[in-house]
Amino acid sequence: MPLNTDFLGRVFPATEPYEVGREKIREFVRATGGTPADDLPADNLVAPPTFAVLLTMNAEFRVMFDPGLGLDADRLLHRDQRFEHHRPIVPGDVLTVTVRVAGVDDIGGNDVLTLSSEVATVDAEPVCTGTSVIVCPRAES
Amino acid sequence: MSAVAVGQALPELRHRITRLDLVRYAAAAGDFNRIHWSDRAAAAAGLPDVIAHGMLTLAVAMRAVTDWAGGHGGVLECAGRFARPVVVPDDDHGAELVVRAVVAEVLPGGRVRVDLTVTCQGQKVLTRSRALVALSSQEE
Repeated sequence: MPLNTDFLGRVFPATEPYEVGREKIREFVRATGGTPADDLPADNLVAPPTFAVLLTMNAEFRVMFDPGLGLDADRLLHRDQRFEHHRPIVPGDVLTVTVRVAGVDDIGGNDVLTLSSEVATVDAEPVCTGTSVIVCPRAES
Repeated sequence: MSAVAVGQALPELRHRITRLDLVRYAAAAGDFNRIHWSDRAAAAAGLPDVIAHGMLTLAVAMRAVTDWAGGHGGVLECAGRFARPVVVPDDDHGAELVVRAVVAEVLPGGRVRVDLTVTCQGQKVLTRSRALVALSSQEE
């Protein structure tokens, strides 16, 4: 069954605020192969370029798993990811994510969902824009 | 850093991923999709074995850029396509990622575009990967 194109352009409510912790950044750096030298100068600790996925992915799950959309949750694949940083993410940032459905397409028999996630501070300062493309091969009917 | 020129290769980065690394990344990124740690879930999804998180591959790729640029803060944009799954067997060797990056464009304002490719066992697993990096802060 094709995706519900009524979702195109829909904007989901902002997520609950998430406070970025210093130790969370360090944990992320180590988990992605960074060495302590990368992350130990505490006074200028900056999150790595893909850290924002910690916020955007869970926000996007709310859209992907919305029963009205019709995405097959068991077979979806994350195809593309892009982050555009308006400024670095640093400890103490309190951030929310607002997800917009930027594309609902049928490409070569695959359902293709494009989501645009705006990461901003609770004071509405833009921090990062994430774009995720999710692909799901459609079952033969 | 001396002058940066188009075509300049960044130092190659090799990074080995084992099952333990997948568990560590799952916790760090809050991504608990079962295909990244359960043989049963991977098989049910039609995969040959447990696979790495695409975002772990992209994070490792970007480390080649941030190691070269001297910090995380200079990366203005990063992107990639997860072209092929990185299969991580349950052994002591896991899977080795090889990240190759090259300066593709030198832009005004001390910025450069870096194009990246990540391979695993000789096959491209991350394609269309690029980073826009501001180098100006460290050149002062």
